[in-house]
Amino acid sequence: MVPVLATVRARDEDIPGVVTLTLDVPGWPGSAPGQFNMLGLFGVGEVPVSISGAGAAGGAVVHTIRDVGAVTHALTEARPGAVLTLRGPYGAPWPVDAARGRDVVVVAGGLGLAPVRPILYHILANRGDYGAVTLLYGARSPSEMLFAGELAEWRARFDLDVEVTVDQAGPGWHGPVGVVTTLFGQAAFDPARCTGFICGPEIMMRFAANALSDAGVPDDAIFLSMERNMQCAIGLCGHCQLGAKFVCKDGPVFDWATLRPLMRVKEL
Amino acid sequence: MAAESLGRIVGEHALFRGLGQEFLDLVAGCARNVRFAEGTYLYHEGDSADEVFLIREGLVNMEISAPGQGTMVVQTMGPNALVGLSWIVPPYRWAYDARAATDLRAISLDATCLRGKCDADPALGYEVMKRIAPVIIDRLHATRLQMLDLYGEHG
Repeated sequence: MVPVLATVRARDEDIPGVVTLTLDVPGWPGSAPGQFNMLGLFGVGEVPVSISGAGAAGGAVVHTIRDVGAVTHALTEARPGAVLTLRGPYGAPWPVDAARGRDVVVVAGGLGLAPVRPILYHILANRGDYGAVTLLYGARSPSEMLFAGELAEWRARFDLDVEVTVDQAGPGWHGPVGVVTTLFGQAAFDPARCTGFICGPEIMMRFAANALSDAGVPDDAIFLSMERNMQCAIGLCGHCQLGAKFVCKDGPVFDWATLRPLMRVKEL
Repeated sequence: MAAESLGRIVGEHALFRGLGQEFLDLVAGCARNVRFAEGTYLYHEGDSADEVFLIREGLVNMEISAPGQGTMVVQTMGPNALVGLSWIVPPYRWAYDARAATDLRAISLDATCLRGKCDADPALGYEVMKRIAPVIIDRLHATRLQMLDLYGEHG
Protein backbone atom coordinates (compact mmCIF):
# COMPACT_ATOMS: atom_id res chain seq x y z
CA MET A 1 0.00 0.00 0.00
CA VAL A 2 3.00 2.31 0.45
CA PRO A 3 3.77 4.14 -2.78
CA VAL A 4 7.21 4.59 -4.25
CA LEU A 5 8.35 7.80 -5.89
CA ALA A 6 8.50 7.65 -9.68
CA THR A 7 10.23 10.24 -11.82
CA VAL A 8 8.91 11.25 -15.22
CA ARG A 9 11.62 10.49 -17.77
CA ALA A 10 9.65 11.40 -20.89
CA ARG A 11 6.26 12.79 -21.85
CA ASP A 12 4.64 12.30 -25.27
CA GLU A 13 1.29 13.72 -26.27
CA ASP A 14 0.01 10.94 -28.53
CA ILE A 15 -3.21 12.70 -29.49
CA PRO A 16 -4.83 15.80 -27.96
CA GLY A 17 -5.71 15.06 -24.34
CA VAL A 18 -3.87 11.74 -24.24
CA VAL A 19 -0.33 11.59 -22.86
CA THR A 20 2.13 8.73 -22.52
CA LEU A 21 4.49 9.04 -19.55
CA THR A 22 7.71 7.05 -19.29
CA LEU A 23 8.66 6.68 -15.64
CA ASP A 24 11.80 5.69 -13.77
CA VAL A 25 10.71 3.62 -10.80
CA PRO A 26 13.34 2.51 -8.26
CA GLY A 27 13.13 -1.23 -7.59
CA TRP A 28 10.48 -1.83 -10.25
CA PRO A 29 9.72 -5.58 -10.00
CA GLY A 30 8.30 -5.90 -13.52
CA SER A 31 4.71 -6.40 -14.62
CA ALA A 32 2.70 -8.78 -16.75
CA PRO A 33 0.60 -7.57 -19.73
CA GLY A 34 -2.75 -6.23 -18.48
CA GLN A 35 -1.66 -5.15 -15.02
CA PHE A 36 -2.07 -1.61 -13.72
CA ASN A 37 -0.49 0.81 -11.28
CA MET A 38 -2.03 3.38 -8.97
CA LEU A 39 -0.49 6.68 -10.09
CA GLY A 40 -0.78 9.84 -8.05
CA LEU A 41 0.45 13.28 -7.19
CA PHE A 42 0.83 14.57 -3.65
CA GLY A 43 -2.11 16.74 -2.68
CA VAL A 44 -4.12 15.76 -5.75
CA GLY A 45 -4.96 12.06 -5.46
CA GLU A 46 -4.32 8.79 -7.22
CA VAL A 47 -5.97 6.81 -10.01
CA PRO A 48 -5.54 3.37 -11.56
CA VAL A 49 -3.78 3.43 -14.92
CA SER A 50 -2.98 0.43 -17.14
CA ILE A 51 0.62 -0.23 -18.00
CA SER A 52 1.01 0.38 -21.73
CA GLY A 53 4.66 -0.59 -22.08
CA ALA A 54 6.51 -3.90 -21.86
CA GLY A 55 6.90 -3.53 -18.08
CA ALA A 56 10.19 -5.42 -17.80
CA ALA A 57 11.77 -5.59 -14.35
CA GLY A 58 14.20 -2.76 -13.76
CA GLY A 59 13.12 -1.01 -16.95
CA ALA A 60 11.05 2.08 -17.51
CA VAL A 61 7.34 1.96 -16.71
CA VAL A 62 5.05 3.33 -19.40
CA HIS A 63 1.51 4.63 -18.87
CA THR A 64 -0.92 6.20 -21.33
CA ILE A 65 -3.38 8.59 -19.69
CA ARG A 66 -6.42 10.48 -20.93
CA ASP A 67 -7.14 13.85 -19.34
CA VAL A 68 -10.68 13.33 -17.99
CA GLY A 69 -10.59 14.52 -14.37
CA ALA A 70 -8.60 16.40 -11.75
CA VAL A 71 -6.01 13.69 -11.11
CA THR A 72 -5.59 12.61 -14.74
CA HIS A 73 -5.33 16.27 -15.75
CA ALA A 74 -2.49 16.79 -13.28
CA LEU A 75 -0.79 13.58 -14.46
CA THR A 76 -1.01 14.55 -18.12
CA GLU A 77 0.54 17.92 -17.23
CA ALA A 78 3.54 16.28 -15.52
CA ARG A 79 6.77 17.13 -17.28
CA PRO A 80 10.14 15.28 -17.29
CA GLY A 81 11.64 15.48 -13.83
CA ALA A 82 8.27 15.60 -12.08
CA VAL A 83 7.81 13.17 -9.19
CA LEU A 84 4.70 10.96 -9.00
CA THR A 85 3.57 8.38 -6.51
CA LEU A 86 3.23 4.82 -7.76
CA ARG A 87 1.77 1.66 -6.24
CA GLY A 88 1.75 -1.60 -8.08
CA PRO A 89 1.73 -3.58 -10.22
CA TYR A 90 -1.75 -4.87 -9.44
CA GLY A 91 -4.38 -7.07 -11.00
CA ALA A 92 -4.79 -10.30 -12.93
CA PRO A 93 -2.96 -10.09 -16.28
CA TRP A 94 -3.96 -11.11 -19.80
CA PRO A 95 -3.29 -14.89 -19.99
CA VAL A 96 -0.74 -14.59 -22.76
CA ASP A 97 1.11 -17.75 -21.79
CA ALA A 98 -2.05 -19.85 -21.89
CA ALA A 99 -2.57 -18.56 -25.44
CA ARG A 100 0.72 -20.05 -26.68
CA GLY A 101 0.17 -22.37 -29.63
CA ARG A 102 -3.13 -20.73 -30.49
CA ASP A 103 -4.34 -18.07 -32.91
CA VAL A 104 -4.80 -14.69 -31.23
CA VAL A 105 -7.28 -11.95 -32.05
CA VAL A 106 -6.75 -8.65 -30.23
CA VAL A 107 -9.64 -6.19 -30.46
CA ALA A 108 -9.13 -2.64 -29.24
CA GLY A 109 -11.22 0.48 -29.39
CA GLY A 110 -10.08 4.05 -28.75
CA LEU A 111 -7.79 4.30 -25.75
CA GLY A 112 -8.23 0.54 -25.25
CA LEU A 113 -5.18 0.05 -27.46
CA ALA A 114 -2.96 1.09 -24.54
CA PRO A 115 -3.74 -1.85 -22.19
CA VAL A 116 -3.43 -4.40 -25.03
CA ARG A 117 -0.13 -3.04 -26.37
CA PRO A 118 1.86 -5.16 -23.86
CA ILE A 119 0.16 -8.26 -25.30
CA LEU A 120 1.51 -7.39 -28.73
CA TYR A 121 4.98 -6.69 -27.32
CA HIS A 122 4.93 -10.07 -25.61
CA ILE A 123 3.70 -11.95 -28.68
CA LEU A 124 6.15 -10.24 -31.02
CA ALA A 125 9.00 -11.07 -28.63
CA ASN A 126 7.89 -14.71 -28.69
CA ARG A 127 6.36 -14.79 -32.18
CA GLY A 128 7.14 -18.43 -32.90
CA ASP A 129 5.02 -19.54 -29.96
CA TYR A 130 1.74 -18.27 -31.44
CA GLY A 131 -0.39 -19.04 -34.49
CA ALA A 132 -2.01 -16.36 -36.64
CA VAL A 133 -2.14 -13.03 -34.79
CA THR A 134 -4.62 -10.30 -35.69
CA LEU A 135 -5.10 -6.83 -34.26
CA LEU A 136 -8.43 -5.15 -34.99
CA TYR A 137 -8.42 -1.51 -33.93
CA GLY A 138 -11.22 1.04 -34.07
CA ALA A 139 -10.84 4.76 -33.40
CA ARG A 140 -13.17 7.71 -33.55
CA SER A 141 -11.32 9.38 -36.44
CA PRO A 142 -7.90 9.16 -38.13
CA SER A 143 -6.55 12.02 -36.00
CA GLU A 144 -7.59 10.19 -32.80
CA MET A 145 -5.77 6.95 -33.53
CA LEU A 146 -3.48 6.04 -30.65
CA PHE A 147 0.14 4.99 -31.35
CA ALA A 148 -0.29 5.77 -35.05
CA GLY A 149 3.43 5.37 -35.80
CA GLU A 150 3.60 2.00 -34.10
CA LEU A 151 0.42 0.85 -35.86
CA ALA A 152 2.08 1.67 -39.18
CA GLU A 153 5.16 -0.37 -38.18
CA TRP A 154 3.01 -3.32 -37.16
CA ARG A 155 1.03 -3.13 -40.40
CA ALA A 156 4.28 -3.46 -42.34
CA ARG A 157 5.09 -6.78 -40.67
CA PHE A 158 4.30 -10.06 -42.39
CA ASP A 159 3.71 -11.95 -39.15
CA LEU A 160 0.95 -9.72 -37.83
CA ASP A 161 -2.38 -8.86 -39.47
CA VAL A 162 -3.43 -5.35 -38.46
CA GLU A 163 -6.82 -3.95 -39.52
CA VAL A 164 -7.76 -0.42 -38.54
CA THR A 165 -11.10 1.34 -38.94
CA VAL A 166 -12.51 4.70 -37.89
CA ASP A 167 -16.05 5.82 -37.11
CA GLN A 168 -15.75 9.09 -39.02
CA ALA A 169 -13.36 10.11 -41.76
CA GLY A 170 -12.69 12.93 -44.16
CA PRO A 171 -11.32 12.78 -47.68
CA GLY A 172 -7.72 12.17 -46.54
CA TRP A 173 -8.46 8.78 -45.03
CA HIS A 174 -7.98 5.77 -47.30
CA GLY A 175 -8.79 3.02 -44.82
CA PRO A 176 -12.11 1.50 -43.79
CA VAL A 177 -14.92 3.41 -42.08
CA GLY A 178 -17.20 1.63 -39.61
CA VAL A 179 -17.16 0.22 -36.10
CA VAL A 180 -14.45 -2.23 -35.11
CA THR A 181 -16.83 -5.20 -35.12
CA THR A 182 -17.21 -4.81 -38.90
CA LEU A 183 -13.57 -5.92 -39.23
CA PHE A 184 -14.23 -9.41 -37.92
CA GLY A 185 -15.08 -10.69 -41.40
CA GLN A 186 -11.54 -9.91 -42.51
CA ALA A 187 -9.79 -11.71 -39.65
CA ALA A 188 -8.48 -15.21 -40.35
CA PHE A 189 -8.44 -17.46 -37.29
CA ASP A 190 -9.42 -20.95 -36.23
CA PRO A 191 -12.17 -20.37 -33.65
CA ALA A 192 -11.58 -23.73 -31.96
CA ARG A 193 -7.98 -22.80 -31.15
CA CYS A 194 -8.19 -19.04 -30.82
CA THR A 195 -7.84 -16.71 -27.86
CA GLY A 196 -9.47 -13.27 -27.99
CA PHE A 197 -8.29 -10.22 -26.03
CA ILE A 198 -10.64 -7.23 -26.01
CA CYS A 199 -10.25 -3.76 -24.52
CA GLY A 200 -12.21 -0.58 -25.08
CA PRO A 201 -15.50 1.05 -24.14
CA GLU A 202 -17.75 -1.47 -22.42
CA ILE A 203 -20.46 -1.48 -25.10
CA MET A 204 -17.85 -2.10 -27.77
CA MET A 205 -16.39 -4.95 -25.70
CA ARG A 206 -19.82 -6.58 -25.34
CA PHE A 207 -20.41 -6.52 -29.10
CA ALA A 208 -16.87 -7.70 -29.85
CA ALA A 209 -17.09 -10.55 -27.32
CA ASN A 210 -20.43 -11.66 -28.75
CA ALA A 211 -19.02 -11.49 -32.28
CA LEU A 212 -16.07 -13.74 -31.30
CA SER A 213 -18.41 -16.06 -29.42
CA ASP A 214 -20.76 -16.22 -32.43
CA ALA A 215 -17.76 -17.06 -34.60
CA GLY A 216 -17.17 -20.13 -32.42
CA VAL A 217 -14.50 -18.96 -29.98
CA PRO A 218 -15.30 -20.49 -26.54
CA ASP A 219 -16.40 -17.95 -23.92
CA ASP A 220 -13.57 -19.02 -21.61
CA ALA A 221 -11.04 -18.16 -24.33
CA ILE A 222 -12.29 -14.58 -24.72
CA PHE A 223 -10.81 -12.04 -22.29
CA LEU A 224 -11.86 -8.47 -21.53
CA SER A 225 -10.27 -5.79 -19.40
CA MET A 226 -12.78 -4.03 -17.16
CA GLU A 227 -12.70 -0.52 -15.76
CA ARG A 228 -14.33 0.36 -12.48
CA ASN A 229 -13.72 2.85 -9.67
CA MET A 230 -10.61 1.24 -8.22
CA GLN A 231 -9.23 2.92 -5.13
CA CYS A 232 -7.35 0.60 -2.78
CA ALA A 233 -6.32 -1.77 -5.65
CA ILE A 234 -6.02 -4.73 -3.28
CA GLY A 235 -9.65 -5.80 -2.83
CA LEU A 236 -10.32 -4.16 0.53
CA CYS A 237 -12.37 -1.02 -0.08
CA GLY A 238 -15.06 -2.50 -2.32
CA HIS A 239 -15.35 0.49 -4.65
CA CYS A 240 -14.69 -1.61 -7.73
CA GLN A 241 -16.97 -4.49 -6.82
CA LEU A 242 -18.58 -6.18 -9.81
CA GLY A 243 -21.04 -8.74 -8.52
CA ALA A 244 -19.01 -11.04 -6.30
CA LYS A 245 -15.75 -9.94 -7.95
CA PHE A 246 -13.34 -7.14 -7.22
CA VAL A 247 -12.08 -5.67 -10.48
CA CYS A 248 -8.78 -4.59 -8.92
CA LYS A 249 -7.90 -7.97 -7.42
CA ASP A 250 -9.84 -10.60 -9.41
CA GLY A 251 -9.45 -8.58 -12.61
CA PRO A 252 -9.18 -6.25 -14.39
CA VAL A 253 -8.94 -9.08 -16.93
CA PHE A 254 -11.85 -11.52 -16.85
CA ASP A 255 -13.05 -14.15 -19.31
CA TRP A 256 -16.34 -13.73 -21.13
CA ALA A 257 -17.84 -16.78 -19.40
CA THR A 258 -17.51 -14.85 -16.12
CA LEU A 259 -18.51 -11.44 -17.46
CA ARG A 260 -21.40 -12.32 -19.75
CA PRO A 261 -23.95 -12.85 -16.94
CA LEU A 262 -22.62 -9.83 -14.99
CA MET A 263 -22.95 -7.53 -17.99
CA ARG A 264 -26.63 -8.37 -18.26
CA VAL A 265 -27.21 -6.75 -14.87
CA LYS A 266 -27.95 -3.07 -15.30
CA GLU A 267 -26.11 -0.59 -13.08
CA LEU A 268 -23.60 -3.24 -12.00
CA MET B 1 -17.82 -17.25 -67.84
CA ALA B 2 -19.96 -20.38 -67.82
CA ALA B 3 -22.94 -20.42 -65.46
CA GLU B 4 -21.47 -23.50 -63.80
CA SER B 5 -18.30 -21.75 -62.59
CA LEU B 6 -20.26 -18.60 -61.75
CA GLY B 7 -22.45 -20.79 -59.57
CA ARG B 8 -19.36 -22.05 -57.80
CA ILE B 9 -18.12 -18.50 -57.19
CA VAL B 10 -21.55 -17.37 -55.96
CA GLY B 11 -21.66 -20.40 -53.67
CA GLU B 12 -18.28 -19.51 -52.19
CA HIS B 13 -19.47 -16.04 -51.18
CA ALA B 14 -20.45 -15.75 -47.50
CA LEU B 15 -24.01 -14.71 -48.40
CA PHE B 16 -24.79 -17.86 -50.35
CA ARG B 17 -22.43 -20.38 -48.73
CA GLY B 18 -24.31 -23.64 -48.15
CA LEU B 19 -27.17 -22.74 -50.48
CA GLY B 20 -28.65 -25.80 -52.22
CA GLN B 21 -27.55 -26.45 -55.80
CA GLU B 22 -31.00 -25.85 -57.27
CA PHE B 23 -31.26 -22.40 -55.68
CA LEU B 24 -27.63 -21.68 -56.43
CA ASP B 25 -28.26 -22.31 -60.13
CA LEU B 26 -31.21 -19.91 -60.04
CA VAL B 27 -29.14 -17.17 -58.37
CA ALA B 28 -26.15 -17.79 -60.67
CA GLY B 29 -28.46 -17.32 -63.65
CA CYS B 30 -28.70 -13.64 -62.64
CA ALA B 31 -24.95 -13.25 -62.02
CA ARG B 32 -21.97 -11.90 -63.90
CA ASN B 33 -18.38 -11.16 -62.99
CA VAL B 34 -17.43 -7.49 -62.73
CA ARG B 35 -14.32 -5.46 -61.97
CA PHE B 36 -14.02 -1.86 -60.89
CA ALA B 37 -10.86 0.23 -60.84
CA GLU B 38 -10.06 2.14 -57.64
CA GLY B 39 -12.08 5.35 -57.49
CA THR B 40 -14.83 4.29 -59.89
CA TYR B 41 -18.47 4.11 -58.85
CA LEU B 42 -20.55 0.97 -58.55
CA TYR B 43 -23.65 3.14 -58.38
CA HIS B 44 -24.82 6.63 -57.49
CA GLU B 45 -27.37 7.92 -54.97
CA GLY B 46 -30.78 8.27 -56.59
CA ASP B 47 -30.09 5.80 -59.42
CA SER B 48 -32.31 2.83 -59.97
CA ALA B 49 -31.19 -0.12 -57.82
CA ASP B 50 -31.04 -2.65 -60.60
CA GLU B 51 -27.87 -4.47 -59.53
CA VAL B 52 -26.50 -5.84 -56.29
CA PHE B 53 -22.87 -6.73 -55.68
CA LEU B 54 -21.13 -9.55 -53.84
CA ILE B 55 -17.56 -8.45 -53.11
CA ARG B 56 -14.88 -11.02 -53.87
CA GLU B 57 -11.79 -8.87 -53.44
CA GLY B 58 -11.18 -5.22 -52.54
CA LEU B 59 -13.01 -2.53 -50.58
CA VAL B 60 -16.07 -0.41 -51.30
CA ASN B 61 -16.91 2.89 -49.62
CA MET B 62 -20.51 3.95 -49.08
CA GLU B 63 -20.47 7.71 -49.52
CA ILE B 64 -22.80 10.62 -49.16
CA SER B 65 -22.13 14.24 -50.13
CA ALA B 66 -23.39 17.50 -48.70
CA PRO B 67 -22.76 21.11 -49.72
CA GLY B 68 -19.86 22.53 -47.75
CA GLN B 69 -19.00 19.15 -46.24
CA GLY B 70 -17.80 17.35 -49.34
CA THR B 71 -17.95 13.60 -49.60
CA MET B 72 -18.28 11.64 -46.38
CA VAL B 73 -17.65 7.91 -46.11
CA VAL B 74 -20.27 6.33 -43.86
CA GLN B 75 -19.14 2.72 -44.13
CA THR B 76 -16.51 0.56 -45.81
CA MET B 77 -17.19 -2.97 -46.94
CA GLY B 78 -14.69 -5.68 -47.80
CA PRO B 79 -14.50 -9.23 -49.11
CA ASN B 80 -17.63 -11.34 -48.58
CA ALA B 81 -19.82 -8.26 -48.06
CA LEU B 82 -23.08 -7.62 -49.85
CA VAL B 83 -23.10 -4.13 -51.35
CA GLY B 84 -26.54 -2.67 -51.85
CA LEU B 85 -29.76 -3.30 -49.98
CA SER B 86 -32.15 -0.89 -51.70
CA TRP B 87 -32.83 -3.37 -54.52
CA ILE B 88 -35.01 -5.37 -52.12
CA VAL B 89 -37.68 -2.79 -51.37
CA PRO B 90 -39.56 -0.33 -53.59
CA PRO B 91 -38.90 2.16 -55.04
CA TYR B 92 -35.58 0.33 -55.71
CA ARG B 93 -33.44 3.45 -55.59
CA TRP B 94 -29.91 3.74 -54.15
CA ALA B 95 -29.61 5.86 -51.01
CA TYR B 96 -25.81 6.33 -51.18
CA ASP B 97 -22.96 6.39 -53.65
CA ALA B 98 -20.86 3.22 -53.71
CA ARG B 99 -17.28 3.73 -54.83
CA ALA B 100 -14.41 1.28 -55.16
CA ALA B 101 -11.83 2.23 -52.51
CA THR B 102 -9.39 -0.21 -54.08
CA ASP B 103 -9.37 -2.22 -57.29
CA LEU B 104 -12.38 -4.45 -56.92
CA ARG B 105 -13.58 -7.86 -58.06
CA ALA B 106 -17.22 -8.68 -57.48
CA ILE B 107 -20.22 -10.64 -58.66
CA SER B 108 -23.04 -8.46 -59.94
CA LEU B 109 -26.54 -9.86 -59.59
CA ASP B 110 -29.25 -8.45 -61.84
CA ALA B 111 -31.76 -7.23 -59.25
CA THR B 112 -34.80 -7.46 -61.53
CA CYS B 113 -33.86 -11.01 -62.45
CA LEU B 114 -33.32 -12.04 -58.81
CA ARG B 115 -36.49 -10.33 -57.56
CA GLY B 116 -38.43 -12.07 -60.34
CA LYS B 117 -37.10 -15.49 -59.39
CA CYS B 118 -37.79 -14.86 -55.70
CA ASP B 119 -41.36 -13.82 -56.51
CA ALA B 120 -41.88 -16.85 -58.70
CA ASP B 121 -40.43 -19.28 -56.15
CA PRO B 122 -41.29 -18.23 -52.57
CA ALA B 123 -39.00 -20.92 -51.17
CA LEU B 124 -36.07 -19.27 -52.94
CA GLY B 125 -37.32 -15.85 -51.87
CA TYR B 126 -37.51 -16.95 -48.24
CA GLU B 127 -34.03 -18.46 -48.39
CA VAL B 128 -32.61 -15.28 -49.89
CA MET B 129 -34.36 -13.12 -47.28
CA LYS B 130 -33.12 -15.34 -44.43
CA ARG B 131 -29.59 -14.67 -45.65
CA ILE B 132 -30.05 -10.95 -46.17
CA ALA B 133 -31.85 -10.22 -42.89
CA PRO B 134 -28.70 -10.83 -40.75
CA VAL B 135 -26.76 -8.47 -43.02
CA ILE B 136 -29.39 -5.78 -42.45
CA ILE B 137 -29.36 -6.39 -38.68
CA ASP B 138 -25.54 -6.30 -38.49
CA ARG B 139 -25.53 -2.97 -40.36
CA LEU B 140 -28.19 -1.60 -38.03
CA HIS B 141 -26.15 -2.60 -34.97
CA ALA B 142 -22.99 -1.11 -36.48
CA THR B 143 -24.78 2.13 -37.32
CA ARG B 144 -26.15 2.42 -33.78
CA LEU B 145 -22.67 1.89 -32.32
CA GLN B 146 -21.27 4.56 -34.64
CA MET B 147 -23.98 6.95 -33.45
CA LEU B 148 -23.06 6.34 -29.80
CA ASP B 149 -19.64 7.93 -30.34
CA LEU B 150 -18.13 5.26 -28.09
CA TYR B 151 -14.59 6.57 -28.25
CA GLY B 152 -15.50 10.03 -27.02
CA GLU B 153 -14.74 11.32 -23.54
CA HIS B 154 -16.01 8.15 -21.89
CA GLY B 155 -14.27 5.79 -24.28
